[in-house]
Amino acid sequence: MKKAAVVCVAVLLVLTFSLSCQAETLELLTWEGYAPKELMDKFAKETGITVKPTYSNNEEIIAKLRATRGAGFDLAQPSQDRISSVQAKYKLYQAIDFAKVDTALIVPSMLEAVKKNTMVGDKSYAVPHVYGTSGLIVNRKYAPDASDYKDLLNPAYSGRVSYRLKRPTLIGVAFSMQQDPFVLYANPTSYEKLMKRVGEKLIENKGLVKNYWTNGDALLQSMRSEEVFVAMAWDNGGWKMHAENPDIDFVAPKSGALGWIDTFTIPAKAKNVEAAYKWINFMLTPENAAVFTNKEKYGTASAGAIEYYDAEVKANFQRSFSKADIDNIKWYPPVPAKLESIEGLILDKVKAAN
Amino acid sequence: MNAARSRITLPFLIFVTPVLMWLFLLIVLPHIDLLLMSFRIEDDAGAMVWSLVNYLNFFDEPVYWRTFTRTAVYAILTTMITFSVSLPVAFYITKVVSPRFSGFLSLLLLMPFWVSELVRVYGWMILLRESGVINHFLLRAGLLQRPVEMLYNDITMVMGLVYTSMLFMVVPLISVLESLDDSLIEAAYDLGGNVFSIVTRIIIPHAMPGIVSGGIVVFMLTLGNYLTPNLIGGKNSLWFTEQIYNQFIASFNWNQGAAFGFLLLILSSAMVWIGLKLTRQKLSQVVQ
Amino acid sequence: MALDLSVEKVSKSFGDFTAVNEVSFAVEQGRFFSILGPSGCGKTTLLRMIAGFIEPTGGRILIRGSDMANLPPNRRPVNLIFQHLALFPMMNVAQNIAFGLQRRREKKPDIDRKVADILERVGLPKFGNKNIGQLSGGQKQRVAIARCLVLDPAVLLLDEPLGALDLKLREQMKVELKKLQAQVGTTFIYITHDQSEALVMSDHVAVMNKGRFEQVDTPRMLYAHPKTPFVARFVGDNNAWNGIVADQRDNLCTIKTADGQTFSAGAEPDLKPGATVSFFIRPEAIIIAPESGLDDFNRLTVTIKSILFDGANSRLLATPTDGDAELMIALPQNRQYDHLAAGDRVDIGWSARSASCFRVP
Repeated sequence: MKKAAVVCVAVLLVLTFSLSCQAETLELLTWEGYAPKELMDKFAKETGITVKPTYSNNEEIIAKLRATRGAGFDLAQPSQDRISSVQAKYKLYQAIDFAKVDTALIVPSMLEAVKKNTMVGDKSYAVPHVYGTSGLIVNRKYAPDASDYKDLLNPAYSGRVSYRLKRPTLIGVAFSMQQDPFVLYANPTSYEKLMKRVGEKLIENKGLVKNYWTNGDALLQSMRSEEVFVAMAWDNGGWKMHAENPDIDFVAPKSGALGWIDTFTIPAKAKNVEAAYKWINFMLTPENAAVFTNKEKYGTASAGAIEYYDAEVKANFQRSFSKADIDNIKWYPPVPAKLESIEGLILDKVKAAN
Repeated sequence: MNAARSRITLPFLIFVTPVLMWLFLLIVLPHIDLLLMSFRIEDDAGAMVWSLVNYLNFFDEPVYWRTFTRTAVYAILTTMITFSVSLPVAFYITKVVSPRFSGFLSLLLLMPFWVSELVRVYGWMILLRESGVINHFLLRAGLLQRPVEMLYNDITMVMGLVYTSMLFMVVPLISVLESLDDSLIEAAYDLGGNVFSIVTRIIIPHAMPGIVSGGIVVFMLTLGNYLTPNLIGGKNSLWFTEQIYNQFIASFNWNQGAAFGFLLLILSSAMVWIGLKLTRQKLSQVVQ
Repeated sequence: MALDLSVEKVSKSFGDFTAVNEVSFAVEQGRFFSILGPSGCGKTTLLRMIAGFIEPTGGRILIRGSDMANLPPNRRPVNLIFQHLALFPMMNVAQNIAFGLQRRREKKPDIDRKVADILERVGLPKFGNKNIGQLSGGQKQRVAIARCLVLDPAVLLLDEPLGALDLKLREQMKVELKKLQAQVGTTFIYITHDQSEALVMSDHVAVMNKGRFEQVDTPRMLYAHPKTPFVARFVGDNNAWNGIVADQRDNLCTIKTADGQTFSAGAEPDLKPGATVSFFIRPEAIIIAPESGLDDFNRLTVTIKSILFDGANSRLLATPTDGDAELMIALPQNRQYDHLAAGDRVDIGWSARSASCFRVP
């Protein structure tokens, strides 16, 4: 046993050394689909840098960086509303040097919004990359009238509803109750009250839910096999399904789709900062951004990319969003500290309820 | 003791130092860190202060201790079912089938463990889901009129947990049953015993050390499982480990999560201790 | 007398191999019956068929007149003492003995009384609370017997239970077992490969070879009048010669051996001159320096090759002066032959009637 342990240590050491001696790499902490293979190959060809993506979500991105105090990755992609409070408290990121970012490539309004929302002190910590909305994916054949978050609680679709047990669900349902949770962000007590009401509603209607999805691909599989008719999810998933089955589509909810922007941030102890900036600029170049959008159906902050979009991508957007829907998008403001604990307890209670 | 002391020579030290370092740096140190963390909370001003609140929360908030109770009850149930499924399997492999096949059968038992738990769980999901393989065949055969959702309930979840932990029960059972003299079973049969009395009076008492060690492993694995309850269990299956995960990841409350982690450790150790007392086994005998 | 066990043409084959071949015998109530044979002769298979662990491929087994076909071991009125006793190590002595009674759902006071009684009878009073590991070999033996006898079986089967004991204890247990059997009066079926165990304890012994019974007889008859060459060879020591019958009269035949010697031996009347035979003479039937003038007496001069001293069981090894066979001769330790030494020539002889003679097929 001891011998085996010693051998293991030796092998690990050798492996670590041999890995670190390899060609220049970029450790990227991002979301599934945000680093298409095609673009990673192209980037490697142009710069000689190998991108090593790790797929995750907002909560895990923050937890991972918090565990290492901002080490282990060169570039991360949290949503813009989850940056400032975390940065203020744990100092996970380093400020963006906008001189190194080709800001001309970025839609100015989005750049300004992100700069403002991720400001801590007098510095900004993020560059916008991908944006999109959360709303409903609906199978029109079985649920022709589903049009709002309320329909996640509609007995007509009993056993055919699916959503994530995460904060967007709480916020969406709150909006459908004619409340504005974003306004209450500043007032944790009222926010908690509102969230409790939302939690009670979710518990009351728990019987309608087929399952709480945790994995986007698994949800799409349930939509595809027509096990689920109404789900709360991201717009691109709905559009991907629409290409396969015209009955299924993304629907912007009446009380407003929830708009999010995922960003580029550089962790405090990033080793290869230069490569990080290279990847940011590379991804925001119109041609490359369009490759991403055409594949993943998400919009990007790249200003000129629209010229390279497939017709289908443009059609998706026009089909799901009227002018009124666009004006009604609720963009996430930065999340103040402590709200997550409030939401966490309510989500646990929903899951534990019978 | 004396023999051990005389063996502490320089080569021995060189040999064990990496192991001790490994244990200390990767196991002891993080646990101490977590333990300290579990006794700290953030006060209203945002500063960290010492407190027992994290532990008190567990008892104050019904959702936490109910989840723990539920998890523990299901872990005990799973352990019992795993035992009752594994005993006939282990008996068949050691006593019934010819020795040539018993090796092959043990290998067959091991086979699913060559892939990760995640893959195995997804395998179950493909089989059991509403649009899954089993439903497809039942519909084809005319046994069902409309597909039935077999996932996302406690029965399927327990089945998945039993499947996941069966090997850890079968292996110790095989090793204790191999040491059981066949003539004891025959003698009991000859003296008028039936299957029930032979199992309860001869086989189980003989296999007790294996049962307890397998039981501890299965119980701990089930209690600490995260994937299976989460993926197969569906909407009602809140597992205590998931609550720890949520504290760390979703609520950013590492202090609370650490406290839950230690509660899990303490309460499960207490349950194992009670189990050992009830079966009158000694830990040193069982862990061999 | 009533029959406790009767076995009628029982056979058992495993594939091509016939372990037990149409064996028939009957055992009267209260008898000690042994089956003696070398290992692999089928005796254990036969015993396990009686106990019910193996189903015969042919024939019937009747216990006290009722057919045992398709009855599992736990429902047969027989009990088996295993070679290694198979006492339950997880129980104490009293629990071991009570096991069978509990299976019969007897009442607790009855069980306690019977356990105490049987322990008394096998000479282990107050041993009830001991663990099996605390017992000596002989005590384990007695507990194993008590565990079966307490159930009052029609027949008690014993599968070489003395095999694991050391010599001294084995000698002692032989006597004890015989006494115990006489005292309780239960029918014992005892299998062994040790002829001494079979001869000492049994009322009747069956000698088994290659799945068949060669001879079933009392120990004395078996020893004095073996019916087949196998029995002659297997039961007790014997000197063997091969030869050809030269003459036959009055159930005595004259035999010429290959090395040119002539002997006479008792024989069945159907042995005709010219038949090839084996004949056997026991070491203790050979007399050293016999008197002259005896009738039907074979005489021979031999050279002593060595003396095997073994107390009461001492032997001479000798070769005939004009032959190359080797003879084993009993050497009584009555001081009369103390002068004999290796290399001496002595006259020996034996009565023709004490030799037995069989046709060689």
